[in-house]
Amino acid sequence: MSEGLAAGSGGHSQPASSNAALPLLSVEGVTLQYRTTDHLVTATYRVSFDVLRSDRFVILGPSGCGKSTLLKAVGGFIQPVEGRISLNGHPISKPGPDRVMVFQEFDQLLPWKSVKENIVFALTSSGRLGRKEAIDKALHYIHKVNLSGFSESLPHTLSGGMKQRVAIARGMAMEPDILLMDEPFAALDALTRGKMQEELLQLWEDTRFTVLFVTHSIPEAVRIGNRILLLSAHPGQVKAELDCKGIDTVRPSGEPIVQYIEELLFQKRGGIAHA
Amino acid sequence: MHEETTKRPEIINTVTDTGFGVVEKPLTASERVVNNGVFRKCIVLLFLALVWEAYAQWQNNPLLFPTFSDTMSAFISGVWSGKLLMATWSSLTVLVKGYAVGMLFAAIFTAFASATRVGSDILETLTSMFNPLPSIALLPLAMIWFGLGEGSIIFVLIHAVLWSVALNTHSGFKSVSPTWRMVGRNYGLSRVGYVAKILIPGAFPSILTGMKIGWAFAWRTLIAAELVFGASSGSGGLGWFIFQNKNMLDIPNVFAGLLTVIIFGLLVENLIFKVVEKRTIHKWGMHS
Repeated sequence: MSEGLAAGSGGHSQPASSNAALPLLSVEGVTLQYRTTDHLVTATYRVSFDVLRSDRFVILGPSGCGKSTLLKAVGGFIQPVEGRISLNGHPISKPGPDRVMVFQEFDQLLPWKSVKENIVFALTSSGRLGRKEAIDKALHYIHKVNLSGFSESLPHTLSGGMKQRVAIARGMAMEPDILLMDEPFAALDALTRGKMQEELLQLWEDTRFTVLFVTHSIPEAVRIGNRILLLSAHPGQVKAELDCKGIDTVRPSGEPIVQYIEELLFQKRGGIAHA
Repeated sequence: MHEETTKRPEIINTVTDTGFGVVEKPLTASERVVNNGVFRKCIVLLFLALVWEAYAQWQNNPLLFPTFSDTMSAFISGVWSGKLLMATWSSLTVLVKGYAVGMLFAAIFTAFASATRVGSDILETLTSMFNPLPSIALLPLAMIWFGLGEGSIIFVLIHAVLWSVALNTHSGFKSVSPTWRMVGRNYGLSRVGYVAKILIPGAFPSILTGMKIGWAFAWRTLIAAELVFGASSGSGGLGWFIFQNKNMLDIPNVFAGLLTVIIFGLLVENLIFKVVEKRTIHKWGMHS
């Protein structure tokens, strides 16, 4: 955990490719099930993928493909019924500050704490830093997400986009091995959403953190990801895993990637299973 | 299709930064005064006092319905002579003791109920059994168990406070947002830290409601209990003060006793609970 942290935060000082051969996160044949009041639902079935250091790994799929459940399993909130998930070679058994979640809901900030205190609370509760250092780090990351004037504000006085920025700042301040983002921009308006995507990429350019990003929007996936995992629905199974270099990526066949993914998802093309 | 008819000229304006009057203007003094809740409530109180005075004057029967001014002079002389103050003090000490012990029991019950499923089953069953049971109905039994004294009053006060506070706290804990729970676990909070930093603040609106209801129940129960068996441990409380003065047909003093209870209700609501509310759930934007 500690060596992973060091490598995660120092990622920009060393070339990302030096230890890229070892997967940071590996998900092997994971089947996830959850119980509702009267059903046992299989959310994903034997899903496998590897996330390398400094990846912007996107899980893309329609509603009901179990992508959020998968992310919660990586977070340690749910245990797989089959298969294993490991981070730096250690199996994941419970939630921990080495994998920080950024949720879709705006209420992930604790309303009784100011912006700064929300971040300080995360850093001190996890035993990562003392209060003084935590405050310095919090202010640093608040500045990074362009909220310098709002460090003493309470969450309910902020707009949705600002709340999500605070949540991202909190996640990044923890300098986790991997940042888990569960559709963090889904509840934002289109203009704010585009801006936030831009800012996230900018932040990634600065620190090269590893992020596992869940979305159901194809344009968002291709803008953000350098690697995209496509899941089918009911239950989620891996349909494809593609490389991506932004929205203008063209497949070897000459097709734009957005169109290619659409065809894969809507089954105009035969299902290509990827191991 | 009709491109020549739908063609419109484009409009490009330059926005000026003068001439639109006010963007942000402070309110006038009178507007601020009217916006002040305390001021508006004082007007309501003044109005009620006037209605009281007018009705009592018109009735002209000091034995049944003394005027506001008679009540006030009885109140002031009661305070001056110390009789009313003594009665209030002896009521308040018992009240605070019962309230505090009731809250403590409620905390223990709720902690047990949120930690285990069987605990929550027990708490839910007990609250549905005992919450509707008026505490005063337990007083005869309490007097047999604990004798004529503070003990039996505190027993019924605990009963009055415990169930409403436990019920509200428990349901507050249960409704704490799952996202906050996951946030707490994500940053590795321990069990105690989880309760103190996530559950209690997250459930604070319900907890505060429970405390208010508990406070009101405790007051009612206390006054009723004092009316039933009067003096406890030497000096009587407010209920006894009311009862005694009624026996002596000193009705303005009866009203003064009732007025004291009302004043304490107003003070506790507006000075304690309102301030706590303002500093917590209003500040956090958690009031619905």
